[in-house]
Amino acid sequence: MALQTQAPTSGSMSITAGQLPRTATPMVAVFAAAIGVVAGLLLGSGIAMMVFIAWLVFTLGLFVWSRTVEGSRKAKDRTINAVVWSAFVLAMIPLVSLVVTVVVKGGPVLSPGFLSRDMTGFAALGQGGGIYHAIMGTIMVTALAAIIAVPIGIFTAIYLVEYGAGKPLAKVITFLVDVMTGIPSIVAGLFAVSLFIAVSDEPLPRLGIGGGIALSLLMLPTVIRSVEEMLKLVPNDLREASYALGVPKWRTIVKVVLPTSVAGIVTGVTLAIARVAGETAPLLLICGTFPSANWNPFNGAVQTLPVYIYTSLSQTSHAKYGDIWTDRVWGAALVLIIIVMALNLIARIIGNVFAPKTGR
Amino acid sequence: MAKSIEVDNLDIYYGDFLAVENVNVHIKAKSVTAFIGPSGCGKSTVLRSLNRMHEVIPGARVSGNVRVDGQALYAPGVDPVAVRRQIGMVFQRPNPFPTMSIYENVLAGNRLNAKRMGKSEADDIVERSLRGANLWNEVKDRLGKPGMGLSGGQQQRLCIARAIAVEPEVLLMDEPCSALDPISTSAVEDLIHELKSEYTIVIVTHNMQQAARVSDDTGFFNLKAVGEPGQLVEFNPTTKVFSNPDNEATEAYVSGRFG
Ligand SMILES: Nc1ncnc2c1ncn2[C@@H]1O[C@H](COP(=O)(O)OP(=O)(O)OP(=O)(O)O)[C@@H](O)[C@H]1O
Ligand SMILES: [Mg+2]
Repeated sequence: MALQTQAPTSGSMSITAGQLPRTATPMVAVFAAAIGVVAGLLLGSGIAMMVFIAWLVFTLGLFVWSRTVEGSRKAKDRTINAVVWSAFVLAMIPLVSLVVTVVVKGGPVLSPGFLSRDMTGFAALGQGGGIYHAIMGTIMVTALAAIIAVPIGIFTAIYLVEYGAGKPLAKVITFLVDVMTGIPSIVAGLFAVSLFIAVSDEPLPRLGIGGGIALSLLMLPTVIRSVEEMLKLVPNDLREASYALGVPKWRTIVKVVLPTSVAGIVTGVTLAIARVAGETAPLLLICGTFPSANWNPFNGAVQTLPVYIYTSLSQTSHAKYGDIWTDRVWGAALVLIIIVMALNLIARIIGNVFAPKTGR
Repeated sequence: MAKSIEVDNLDIYYGDFLAVENVNVHIKAKSVTAFIGPSGCGKSTVLRSLNRMHEVIPGARVSGNVRVDGQALYAPGVDPVAVRRQIGMVFQRPNPFPTMSIYENVLAGNRLNAKRMGKSEADDIVERSLRGANLWNEVKDRLGKPGMGLSGGQQQRLCIARAIAVEPEVLLMDEPCSALDPISTSAVEDLIHELKSEYTIVIVTHNMQQAARVSDDTGFFNLKAVGEPGQLVEFNPTTKVFSNPDNEATEAYVSGRFG
């Protein structure tokens, strides 16, 4: 049966509506800024007050104007938009100011010498010295932590998702992982110390592997959780497709599940590494301080950047050499931030490289 | 060597939920058997229990007997992995592997099982399988591109190619044409006709004409009532089911006077 074409109903609906000019937002912004400055000057208040008044005027002004011209739906939309952007800017302020401060204070300190020298013989001098040993220590201890935590974490997550689903053991493990997430980092350090006191009979053991163990304890829950989430994202259809081809379960996990989720896994693991790279408290306890690079993780103290920053800070009040110690603190802080940011960047790049491609 | 399948008193459960009750069928070797019936009556469930894919779902289990060429499928010593190598499956929803190219997807069954083969042998398998699934002409210039970059219907044909690439003895197809246009559908039906000379094929379809065109035997599944388990209402040669069925419900369903 053919469809009857329907005659257009009378009084057809309008699909046009009033619209603010495209420059409306900047116009209101300029207007609001002006009001904020004027009101601030009149009231004799500071910058913060001015910004707040300007923001209030901007949000209200845009809402009222939009409501009269465009109607209430668009007015709400614009207001929500403004609020979301403000929240974003508010959240960015501390981050940006932190980065700017560290770069401004630490940037001039960075020099090839600062990066390639250690503190042997420089500790009490008003010049020279560097953080080579601390950079290498941080890299070594973090790498040790990753070597311990990443395989254990990935295998645990594989068990939880692929084998343990719904089993009591899996529930117990999940609970313990949750508990582990809450371990204070200093307690992880204490654990490493007491472990090596028991093992080595030394009264106060200092060694790099202890730092690796303490950090791996802190990393483990993050790794397990993020890998678990990534494995859960792999659609069951893919596992079934593989089983239906007669592929055993372990090969399905290795060849289908892991490759499909590798981008997320690598990203999660890298972020977990970045998270512990700046950890201070446990390293202070178990790694201690040392003026030069110590490549032997099984013997002797290892200097790391966070601990270097912490111990240097106590020298900044030195009557004569306080300034150079202040420089050292900011320089080391900048390097630490660069390392952590580089890890984050690597995580993003890896995530993009490994992401399943859908293009032609 | 195609195989026959005998199903006796099969009850299929999801946890405590009895999804399908008391199925008895005899699927002949080198024939096409169609399962038809309304949505949710357990066609996919029965199909999945024929190559032990059902138990992949946590809590899912069956009771009863399935025999493939006389061998009990659910006997204790049977390795489900070995079963699935001989009884292939095409799923209701296309599921190509997202990390693999078109070429690798077709070869997945061989590669994932670490079967060694030369380049020319692999190329042969890929071309033959893709031609069989009527996909070759569309993708022959971009075999290295990701399988996920294909349209839904193309993905489904890729999955068919993947299933026939391992040359199973029985092929289970769950609505393989539900996402396909008439041309590809008829290509898949041609393929089924071709495969029939060597394989045993079981196909689930919502398309009566398709069931009538391709199958030798037809099973009609139905729910007794809402909330009751599904059951096999009638199993007969296709010509009989579509011209003179034993059961009234079957008659109503195939003639479109249902519900
Ligand atoms: N994974 C599952 N867990 C629990 N119950 C399920 C599951 N899969 C299917 N069922 C139930 O089993 C019954 C049969 O489902 P099945 O998928 O076999 O139907 P179908 O006949 O293939 O339907 P359709 O034609 O829509 O594909 C339905 O009641 C469904 O809700
Ligand atoms: Mg189905």
